[in-house]
Amino acid sequence: MAQELTGAEIVIKALVDQGVDTIFGYPGGAVLPIYDALFQQNKIRHILVRHEQGAVHAAEGYARSTGKPGVVLVTSGPGATNAVTGLTDALMDSIPIVCLTGQVATHLIGSDAFQECDTVGITRHCTKHNWLVKSPQELTRVMHEAFYVATHGRPGPVVIDIPKDVQFQKGEYTGPQNVVHRTYRPKVKGDIEKIKQAVDLIANAKKPVFYTGGGIINSGTVASQLLREFVRLTGYPITSTLMGLGAYPASDKQWLGMLGMHGTFEANNAMHDCDVLINIGARFDDRVTGRLDAFAPHSKKIHVDIDASSINKNVRVDIGIIGDCAHVLEDMLRIWKSKARRPDKDALSAWWKQIEAWRARKSLSFKTNDDIIKPQQAIQRLYELSKHRETYITTEVGQHQMWAAQHFPFEQPNRWMTSGGLGTMGYGFPAAIGVQIAHPDALVIDIAGEASIQMCIQELSTAVQFMLPVKIFIINNEYMGMVRQWQELLHEGRYSHSYSDSLPDFVKLAEAYGATGIRASKPSELDDAIKRMIEVPGPVILDCVVDKFENCYPMIPSGAAHNEMILGDDAEGATVSEEGKMLV
Amino acid sequence: MKKDETIERHTIAVLVDNEAGVLARVIGLFSGRGYNIESLTVAEVDQAEHTSRITIVTVGTPMVIEQIKAQLDRLVPVHRVMDLTVEANSVEREMALVKVAGTGERRVEALRLADAFRARVIDTTHTSFIFEVTGAPTKIDAFIGLMRPLGLVDVSRTGVVAIARGPEAM
Repeated sequence: MAQELTGAEIVIKALVDQGVDTIFGYPGGAVLPIYDALFQQNKIRHILVRHEQGAVHAAEGYARSTGKPGVVLVTSGPGATNAVTGLTDALMDSIPIVCLTGQVATHLIGSDAFQECDTVGITRHCTKHNWLVKSPQELTRVMHEAFYVATHGRPGPVVIDIPKDVQFQKGEYTGPQNVVHRTYRPKVKGDIEKIKQAVDLIANAKKPVFYTGGGIINSGTVASQLLREFVRLTGYPITSTLMGLGAYPASDKQWLGMLGMHGTFEANNAMHDCDVLINIGARFDDRVTGRLDAFAPHSKKIHVDIDASSINKNVRVDIGIIGDCAHVLEDMLRIWKSKARRPDKDALSAWWKQIEAWRARKSLSFKTNDDIIKPQQAIQRLYELSKHRETYITTEVGQHQMWAAQHFPFEQPNRWMTSGGLGTMGYGFPAAIGVQIAHPDALVIDIAGEASIQMCIQELSTAVQFMLPVKIFIINNEYMGMVRQWQELLHEGRYSHSYSDSLPDFVKLAEAYGATGIRASKPSELDDAIKRMIEVPGPVILDCVVDKFENCYPMIPSGAAHNEMILGDDAEGATVSEEGKMLV
Repeated sequence: MKKDETIERHTIAVLVDNEAGVLARVIGLFSGRGYNIESLTVAEVDQAEHTSRITIVTVGTPMVIEQIKAQLDRLVPVHRVMDLTVEANSVEREMALVKVAGTGERRVEALRLADAFRARVIDTTHTSFIFEVTGAPTKIDAFIGLMRPLGLVDVSRTGVVAIARGPEAM
């Protein structure tokens, strides 16, 4: 039944009807009517961030850890432009976000009014879709369509730009049940003939490997369960991208660890030598493939992806299946069982023997000593001291992120939030705030670097205001470590502007915000510091002072193949090809 | 694995919802991902349904062409993408307005050639003609080439429109 409401009321009502309980935002002139409507209700909780980029990352953390869309509310002009980094991040990592932006009144659009910018123009390239709502009559449809588009098919961010006069004017409101999208109907069921072919190929493989990604996480926990069942049924090895960690339990013996640029020796060599590669919900990203013409060169490739444009984009595959991971896995399992398929036992045991030989290289190993904390050691201790809890990890971007991916094992999906595609420094802390909002009783830790954390440190104020016990675990090596590592590899160790000079005292910084600050400088202090960080109520910064010159290995240098990894113990003097230098 | 590097020319028809910004989305996709546009035409084709049809002529390797179609197809306001070069036997037409200025023998020759190309004179002064010529892009290229020494001063081309042969709709 239709009812007349103001545009601002329509926005709130639609959010409630879409099941939204929390939004992340920052007020301003062009969204005042919506903020006024928010003030007069109590169904939606508003988390006031300190910068709009933080709002989007927080919404991403909320979305990634719950499977529900994250909602953002910001004002026009700088509010919208500050959100752009977060939106791009969500687009690259396929995170469902509905971002509402205020806009100047319709009659002012195009006049260079105060805090006006072409929001739909600017965000067209960093959203899955966006709308400028020019009348309150369109608002109800657009609101519901926005949630549908953000969450269906390959998830992604959407922007609804709402001029201020539209927020005041009255229009009809109808519930979400009456909205059917005119054009957008993504396919979730895979082509059954192709799935049958894929199962045949999988069953006849001699040296198979599963390569899974964030698509499994996005598809939901059912996809994770189906994946586990299928992988165990086959007995095949499995590796995953950065975004897919947790979909398959890291403690399982079939798990090879992460693959790609900083993946394990066994995962990358298995990828290189495999004869059947089963990609489910990953997108052959350049961090994963390395040199394309030497990528899994002897393999038949199967690719399951909900986005048809991901198939055959970077790597040509033999069987491309367009569909949702859970649906396709369900069909694969059913067909596998009904045809009573069995893996080739002899071939498989030879393959595992080879893999165990690679695994015996212990490519993630590192040397500890009594004087200085090794970054990998810090993360391993963090894991050991938090594994019995309901723990969620977010990260910033750089060496600490890769060490976290390598040394913090995950048993469940949705516990690992990181900026994979865009590589956004400043992501982790606001994302942790979003995770903590969604899981108030969980232990939420942002594994950070001393450089990254400064990109969204202002959100410490948010954490204190909302009493969010987020823990910031800073791996402090006084360098933009990954930049420095590449300068060593590519530019003969000329550390151009990669030293983190004039660092704040992070303990005092935490205290200045009203949080708790702790420092650990020696291996002997590490465990106590971590325990205290976990036990102290409220937000905590643990400034973990680590070895300044430790680098992240193993590594596939850019422009190299999977079987040309640099391992930590022979990294001295490693170089990059001239071609590789052109790559990032 | 050897990649097929042959460059192909494809004509792609895209049926879209005629909403604000839809053309910018399509063009932005081509510029953002580094694809080529040889020609692009757009107009509303169904007023009641608010649908527009975009015809794009593009060139690229088979892998790029496949990407272009997949990328177009995932745009939210897109109803359907059809590769008229592979999915159908199709006809292509383009229209051009060609202004030729001159007097005397050159003027007579321009008129004579226009007749051979079935170009119509749609405006004339004592010193100029505007011809309307319709046909495949190669025919228009040929006509413009012939007019060049005869006093060609201005050309306006529509770009290619195309449609599949036979009784079926897109």
